[in-house]
Formats: sequence, C-alpha cells, structure tokens
Amino acid sequence: MAPLPDRILESGAAYQTNRDALLRQLTAHDEQLALVNQGGGAKYIERHRSRGKMLVRERIEALLDPGSPFLELSPLAAYGSQFPVGAGSVAGIGIVEGVECMITGSDPTMRGGASNPYTLKKNLRTNEIIRENRLPTISLTESGGADLPTQSEIFIPGGRGFRDITNASAAGIPQISLVFGNSTAGGAYVPGMSDYVVMIKERSKVFLGGPPLVKMATGEDSDDESLGGAEMHARISGLADYFALDELDAIRLGRQIVKRLNHRKLGPPPRGEARPPRLDPEQLLGIPSADPKVPFDPRDVIARVVDDSDFDEFKPLYGTSLVTGWAELHGYPIGILANHRGVLFSEESEKAAQFIQLANQIDTPLLFLQNTTGYMVGKEFEQRGIIKDGAKMINAVSNSRVPHLTLNMAASYGAGNYGMCGRAYGPRFLFAWPNAKSAVMGPAQLAGVMSIVARQSAESMGKPFDEEADANLRQLVEEQIERESLAMFMSGKVYDDGIIDPRDTRTVLGMCLRVIHNQPIEGTRGYGVFRM
Amino acid sequence: MLTSAPIHTLLIANRGEIARRIIRTCRAMAISPVVVFSDADEDAPFVREADDAVRLPGSTAAETYLRGDLVVAAALRLGADAVHPGYGFLSENAAFAQSVLDAGLLWVGPPPSAIAAMGSKIEAKRLVRAHGVPVAPDNTVESLDQVGLPALVKASAGGGGRGMRIVRAAQDLTEAIASAEREALAAFGDGTVFVERYVESARHVEVQIFADLRGNVVALGERDCTLQRRHQKVLEEAPSPAVDPDLRRRMFDAAVAAAAAVGYVGAGTVEFLLDRDGQFSFLEMNTRLQVEHPVTEMVTGLDLVDLQLRVTQGEPLPLSLLGDSLFDGIESRGHAIEVRLCTEDPYRSYLPSSGTFHSVEFPPMAGVRLDSAIETGSIVSPFYDSMVAKVIAHGATRSEAARRLKVALERADICGPTTNRELLIDLLDRLLDIDDEVDTGWLDRQNLGEGPQPTPLQIAAGALAVVRHATAASPFPIAWRNNPSQIHTQAVGDHVVGYRFDRFDRLAELEVEGEPIELDGPTRDALGRLDTRVVESGDTVSVFVQHGRVAFDVPPRFESPDDAGRAGSTVAPMPGKVVRLLVQAGDVVAAGQPLLTIEAMKMEHQVVAPAAGTVAEVFVEAGQQLDGGQPLVKVDPL
Repeated sequence: MAPLPDRILESGAAYQTNRDALLRQLTAHDEQLALVNQGGGAKYIERHRSRGKMLVRERIEALLDPGSPFLELSPLAAYGSQFPVGAGSVAGIGIVEGVECMITGSDPTMRGGASNPYTLKKNLRTNEIIRENRLPTISLTESGGADLPTQSEIFIPGGRGFRDITNASAAGIPQISLVFGNSTAGGAYVPGMSDYVVMIKERSKVFLGGPPLVKMATGEDSDDESLGGAEMHARISGLADYFALDELDAIRLGRQIVKRLNHRKLGPPPRGEARPPRLDPEQLLGIPSADPKVPFDPRDVIARVVDDSDFDEFKPLYGTSLVTGWAELHGYPIGILANHRGVLFSEESEKAAQFIQLANQIDTPLLFLQNTTGYMVGKEFEQRGIIKDGAKMINAVSNSRVPHLTLNMAASYGAGNYGMCGRAYGPRFLFAWPNAKSAVMGPAQLAGVMSIVARQSAESMGKPFDEEADANLRQLVEEQIERESLAMFMSGKVYDDGIIDPRDTRTVLGMCLRVIHNQPIEGTRGYGVFRM
Repeated sequence: MLTSAPIHTLLIANRGEIARRIIRTCRAMAISPVVVFSDADEDAPFVREADDAVRLPGSTAAETYLRGDLVVAAALRLGADAVHPGYGFLSENAAFAQSVLDAGLLWVGPPPSAIAAMGSKIEAKRLVRAHGVPVAPDNTVESLDQVGLPALVKASAGGGGRGMRIVRAAQDLTEAIASAEREALAAFGDGTVFVERYVESARHVEVQIFADLRGNVVALGERDCTLQRRHQKVLEEAPSPAVDPDLRRRMFDAAVAAAAAVGYVGAGTVEFLLDRDGQFSFLEMNTRLQVEHPVTEMVTGLDLVDLQLRVTQGEPLPLSLLGDSLFDGIESRGHAIEVRLCTEDPYRSYLPSSGTFHSVEFPPMAGVRLDSAIETGSIVSPFYDSMVAKVIAHGATRSEAARRLKVALERADICGPTTNRELLIDLLDRLLDIDDEVDTGWLDRQNLGEGPQPTPLQIAAGALAVVRHATAASPFPIAWRNNPSQIHTQAVGDHVVGYRFDRFDRLAELEVEGEPIELDGPTRDALGRLDTRVVESGDTVSVFVQHGRVAFDVPPRFESPDDAGRAGSTVAPMPGKVVRLLVQAGDVVAAGQPLLTIEAMKMEHQVVAPAAGTVAEVFVEAGQQLDGGQPLVKVDPL
C-alpha cells in the first residue's frame, strides 16, 4: 500500500497555464464532436425524423441499459480529410442487458450513410476490437452503400468487413444485425452474415438487386417489399429471425437477444472494489505541460487515475526516466509503464523489458502512459548499445501476450512510440489526450535534419547553398510536421481509438479493462524473466 | 358471573393492531398473551409477539377468526383462562361468548345476555327507549311506514359500516336490503337487517361506558366520530367539539341508562346521532372495545384493556372513576385525535390495495401514539379489513393535537401499498375549519379529485433515484458519454424526466416533462433532501419519494409487443386441409379461441385467435386445401 502524494499546487502559475492550454484544446475537440453529432445537418436530420426514424445516436441510447456508460470510438475519424468528420458512422462500446457490446451504425443523415475510405478504416478497426476482445456486436444496419467516387478505395478491401462478421461468429462472438432501413446489394451481407437478424415492418429493405436492376437483369417486374421487405424475409426467405413492428420494437428485440446470449467473460473478475482515487481527477487538466519541452511526473497522473491512488513502484531508483509499477483500476490489477523525462536510455529500456516480462509471468494487463521523445542518441549511447537495449524493450512489447492499453499523454516520438506500444504494436486500445503529439521526430528537429542533409549534399556537389530558400523550406516542413503530429490529425487517420478528456481517463481505461477481460488474460511463457 | 379469578393466560381472538395492543397491556399486567392466526397472518407481528399461537387453517375470516369452535378449542389447547375478543369478528357474538363461558373460561366482555340484547339492534332500540333513552324511529324491513325517507338499511348484528345502505327512493329498498344482507352475512355471519330513519346532517357522538360486576356503571367520556367514509370512521376525537357540558351530562346519563338496562359489564360504547339542534338519538350500543378507544385513553390516562381485564377478574372499578370527578375534569385534560390508516386509495373510489410494506417507521414524537398492525416487511393480504394502523395524538388543545397528528403522518416513512395518508393529512389540516359543515355524510359528498399531484422536484427525485438504483453497482459515472449527444430520460409513472450527470456524477442537467429545471443551490438542496426508496419485486420497479408520500411505478422501457399486430397464427402453419371452420366474419373471439382446424400429415392442428377481437374476414372454407403460409382468418383486435 503506497498512496501517492499530492504535489499539485492549483494556485501555481504552471498549473493554471497548463490547464488553460488544455481547456483550449478540449474546446477545439468539443467543436468537432458537435459537428459529428450534427450529422448531415438540420435539413437531413429533419428529413430523417419526418420519416418517423430515430437518429443513430438516439437508437443507441434506447438500446443501452439505463444510466450505463457508452464509449464512442474514433468519433473524429476523417478529421482533416475531404470527408465529413466522423466518417458517417458511429461505433462504440456500451452495456446492453449487462453485457458490454460493440454497437455500430451508420449515420443516414450524412450522405445517406454511404461508406467512404475512412468509414472503412473505422469499420475495420472496430472489427479488430470486436475480435480481440470478444465483444458481442449489435449492428444498427442502414447503409447507403459505397461512396461511388471513391469506390476503388473501398470495394476490394471492404469485402473484409463481411468476412470479419462471420469470422467473429466462428470465434463465438455473436453478431446481431438490427436492420433499420436499406441494406442492399453488398450491404445485404451484413444481415446475411450475422447470427441474429431483426427486421422492421415496412422499414427494412434487404435485397441484392432492387426493382430497376431486376428489370434490367431478368425483365421481371417487382417491388421493394416482395424483393426484400421485413415481412417477406420473416415469413418466406427466413433471412429475418425476428419481425419488429417499429424501431423501438427492434431495439427491444435486440436487447432480448443479448439477454439470451449466455455471455460469459473468460478473464478473471475484478480483484478488488473500485475505490476512487484519493486525489482529484479534475487536476489532471493542469498536469501535462503546456510547453511540450517541459517534462511532468507521471506519478501525478497515476495518482488521479488508479484505485485509491495506490501505486507500488518497481525499480524506482533505476532508469528513473521511466516509471514502472503496479496498481488496480476499477479493481483490475494492472502494470503501468510511464515516461517521466521523455528520453529512453539503456537503463529505461532494460527496466521496461524486465517489467513487461514480469507482467506476462503473472498475467497482468499493461498500461503504457506515453510521453516520450524517443531513445537517446549520441556517440556514448550508441557505443553502449542503445539499439540493443531499445530492441529488448521493443522485443518485450511485441511478444508480450497480456493485453496492452496505451494512452498518449503528451508526446510519442520516434522509436519511443514503438517501445511504448504505439498503434503498430497492437495495444487493445489506444487513446490520446488532446495535447498529445506523435511523429517520427519533433518538427524542429526534423526540419533541421533535412536542412543539414541538404547543406551537406550541396557542399559535396560544390553547389552554393540557398540560405533563404532553406529557411523557408524549414518553416514549411516544420509547420507541416507540427500539424500532422497533432492529436486530432492522428485521430482523423484512425491511428488511435479517440481523443479523451484527461478527466475521463479512469472511466475510459476502466471500461477498456472490463472489455479486455472478455478474453483470458494469459502472458507469454517460455523463459524465466530475464534480469537486466 | 360474580365468581372470578386472576387471569394468567389470555387468548386474544383477534388479529392485527388490536391483538398487538392487547398484548401490550398483557405484558404490563404480567399476563401471558396467546393468539390464533390464519394462514395469511402467519408472519404477522402479533403472532410473533404472542407467547404462543395456534394456526386456524385457511385465510378468509369465515374459515378462521369467525370459527368460534376452533377459537375455543385453541384457547383450551393453549391453556388460556380467559378470552379477549377484540373488536369485530366474534366480539359481539353472544353464542360465542356463551361457548367461552361453557368451556370454563373467562369472557372479557359483557354477559352474553347483554350482547344478545344489544346485538339485535331492533331489540336494543326497544329496550333503551323503555329506559328513557332517546331513539330514532325504525322499522323492520317489510315497511318504511314509520321510518320515512331517507332511510338507512342496517345489519342488525353489524358495525363498522358494513351491511349498511342509504335508501332515498322507495323502489331502491329491495335491492338495498338484499345487498346489505349479503354483506352482513359475509361480515358477521348473520344477514338480519333493519331499516331506520336516516338522520341527515348529523354528527356521530358516542359515549364510552364501563361497568363492573358490582353494578357500577360510569361514562368515561365521549368521542366524536363524525368524519366517515361510507359509514366507516376515518377520524375520531375526544372530547367532541359539538358537545357542551350540559349536553355531555345528558348523553352520559343516557349512555349509563342504556348500559344499565341490559346489566352491562365491562367496556361498552353507546353511539348517538347528534343533529344540528343538539338533539341526540340512540343509534346502537357496541358491547366491546371500540377501534377508537385510544382517544379516550389519551385524554383520561386510563388503559381500557387493563380495566377490562381487571373487571373480568372481578375487581371493582377504581374509586377515582366513580362520581363526577372524571366528568368535571374533561375540559382540562386536553384533546386527542385518532386517524385510521387504511390500505386504500381515497382518490380512486377507495380502491383497496395489498402487498408488502417496505418500510413502516414513525419517528417518535411527544404526544403521539401508534397502534399498528404492520411494521417494515409486513405483507397486507386482501382477506381482512383495510385498516393497518391507528395514529393517535394528544394535545393541550384540539388544534395542537391535530397539528401533532398531521406532522406525525407527514414524517412517517410508509412505503408500500397505497394508503389514505394524504387524505388524512388533508383532513387534519382543515379539521378546525370544517366544523360547521361536517356531518357523517360530509366526506362522501366531497369531490376528492385525483389527490395531491407530485411536484416536479418529487418527480425528478423519483426518476433520479431509479437511475441511481440501476447503476448502484457500476463503477462508471452515471450515463457517462465521451461524446454527449443528448439528454437521457427516465420515466416514472406518467412522467418523463430528462437528466445528465457530469463525469463526476454531479447532476448537470434536469428536465421534468420537457421543462428544464434550473439547478441552483436551493433547488439542489431541496432535491437532495427528498429521500427516496426504490423497490424491485419481480419485473416491477417502484420508487417512493419523501418517506412514501409520493409513489411511482416505473413503466417498462419498451411497450410489450402487440402480438395481434404480428398476425402470425392466422396463416396456415403448413400445407393441409381445413377440416373444421369454427368462426365466421363478425364473430367476437377471445385470445386463444380456436378459429379453425387444419389436417396435415395425419395430424390436426388448431389455429387460434392471436388476440381478443372481431373476426374481420375468413379467407378459407371448410374442406379447402391450403398452402403453407396462406392467410386464414383476419382478426381485428379490440
């Protein structure tokens, strides 16, 4: 039992500066969320409602258990792209009849709910989460098909989505499709591949080809209802397992189905009760430095996130640029690796590798709190084998079998991103705070490196070096890298699962921990823990 | 009768609050209380509190508490040496009293002859009239000649308003008599009824008398029981606000004379109707302890059950009760009021309710007494009287007593079946203002409306309690969203509450029926002070607000499916032949009623109505060959 101390001075100048900066970033983030929630805008929302239809988020609200949480994933997908922010779809984890489910749905007010390349990206990431975490899936199906101008980017890889459904089914992860509207052509394979299909009287429309296509193909006269109405599918084709009278009835049936899934978690239940932190999570806003060059102590974050602010540190005197230790969150045991002073030296790398092995030995999930500028460079460090030591850490992260959760608290640069379980290292979930940045290196360093290389190249060819052009280019590059390293940009590319308010960190991680325990928690075996 | 002996073990041939109240006095007198109980009362507090108990199989009164033979047998088996009948049930059954005495047991009550004399209300009136007691004209059931209209049909053996009917038109007499007879038979085991003049605009004032074996008869005070609903007393008080010393003297004298006329022993009550001119007439004499006896106890300081038992043991009435001292002191002993808490809804025609009381807690208050049949966890069965508790308050003045009683009711935590608490609070609030208009029919003439309506804050408190209850085991903030897109809703009763909590579980937004409520400090405080209790039983969830003063059922989130709309069973379940067609268009059918029979694969399959309704169309005829899925009969649901 080692409760962390309260070292935050709310009255301090740094605290206020940090807090103000973070609140500004949160406001910018909230503005984007507001855009997402507006969907296709008032006109399309009105048209949707006038057809007696609920909005996709209203459907989700009705589906969830009263008062239960809902964690929307990648809400800012497509931010910074040519497509509307949100990518025209909603995906998130909610609790239905006491079971955490992945709930997905397209937003029919946004270009008819058509899929674009970002929708696909978000969809495939969602399917990955479903598969890795055994999440029963409820698809609120109403699709406008593919965004035709970008069909070439969607059609071939998009087939994967249907395969994912049946693969999940085969893995014992029930797939439920509530068909609220059109789900035609390729879209017909969403209900087609699902385990349970609910269709709504006079609303659901599921066929491979509509009346015009049928007329063209075979000359047959037909209509929507006989080709793919709910009544037809419930009574004749048998594609619909349940016949709902209206949207709420479909949601009722969806809940009824989940209730009977006999869902069991394969991982252990929480070990302790979810005692809240002793220190105030509101203060998390003032901890990350407004100036990225100023490091902050991750223990101050941990103290406001884990149960009872109770954190037992491992190897506190060794490799002090990285903090490692044990805690519980919502009663689930976790091991935490958190960057302290940004740089990873050999000691930090080995400490991380050892700690990751320990977590695997005792089947304990790991949480990576990123704030890293990467592995140390320089003659001395290269000669001491920073590559070998960094490789040990990356090796350990890569081959670890316990679930990983990653949170980018401020910075994730260079190979530090890899060692600290960045996206490519398969954390079960990865979230970022709105101040977070990710890039191969810092913008100034990157631009400077480019400049030095250009200068060397000019010198070696004996050409004059245009200082003015170089300065302009440096500035341009710096601006571009800065822009492309920002949290919202990363989130737009679905390189994380969303940006979260730091004050929600505990709730988000608690939800993720609950979800990852759908699977057994088993670390890798083979060797004893290497002492490093 | 003059030979008596100390009582060691007393059988209480009753149930509910009166059994518990008698047990209390037994404890004070070191007498062992034993009881009989029905199946429905197995877990009732009075059974647990008694020293011993015998089960009377069954649950209806007729199977149990009205079975004198079983009660006497139980008394003997339990080694009782006396039987206290309480009120109601067998308390005014002379044959039962005699069988108790015949079994060698003491009878806590007057001699059977006195019960019989007063038990026939027809005879009683004749008798007391002969002793100079004023009586209203009456008649047997054959004729209204001497009575006139309006008339009152009454059970001769009755009490408590049961078996009573007011007749305002002569042609209604026959039906009134028939229904009164049925009710009287069920309630008292005797269907005899009679008719008397119905005195409109009268107050009900009764005199508590007590007599010992030595012939002492005293009047202990009057009670005013004018506030009644359908002839059942709702609120009783002592002394009567309508009685002055002169009138009191005359009523006491009449009451004592009536008791003396039948050689009365023990506690009895002589009931009078008092008209606006101060004229009173004998109504009946109740030869037992009254429900409302506590108001007399609170103003006199006496324990009437203690007195009953002492008189039964042969002791004389204490000297302090003889003479005029009691009478002279009445004005100075303050005022007591009792209300009857009943499981019924005054705002829905007194619809009775039953079920579990999840809490029954009356905070102790000076001057307030609770005689309760129930406690937290008690289950009220539908077999007996709806009265579950009496709350009595004493004060130096009438208004103080009324105020105390009102506050006691307001503060009580009563969560369970619907009760008349709000009506009682309302009556107590207005008690001193309605004296000029009140008579025994007053309450029935009031338009009670729908009762007090819940305030927006009460509605909100109920809904939020339901949400908190549903999420109590969750480690997550209530309805947490990382992307809040809309307000959340929770329905309670007919009301919808919109809410949003912030990430730290602080209420951030509130709407009641779509109207936003500003969450300023005072509003938050008021909301926070409204206590709530959520109760789940089976599929139903209820929430009680403000110690149960407001109750809501939580409606199901989703409407139950309209099976008729699916029309699933009115198509042929498989290919086959119609062998019998059982309905035709226009027939009214019940849900599940067979419509036709199909023969297929040597089996007969019945197609039944999916819902109650009218057959709109029959698409097939007998003998017709069917395809699977072919429409058969269309039923329009009701």
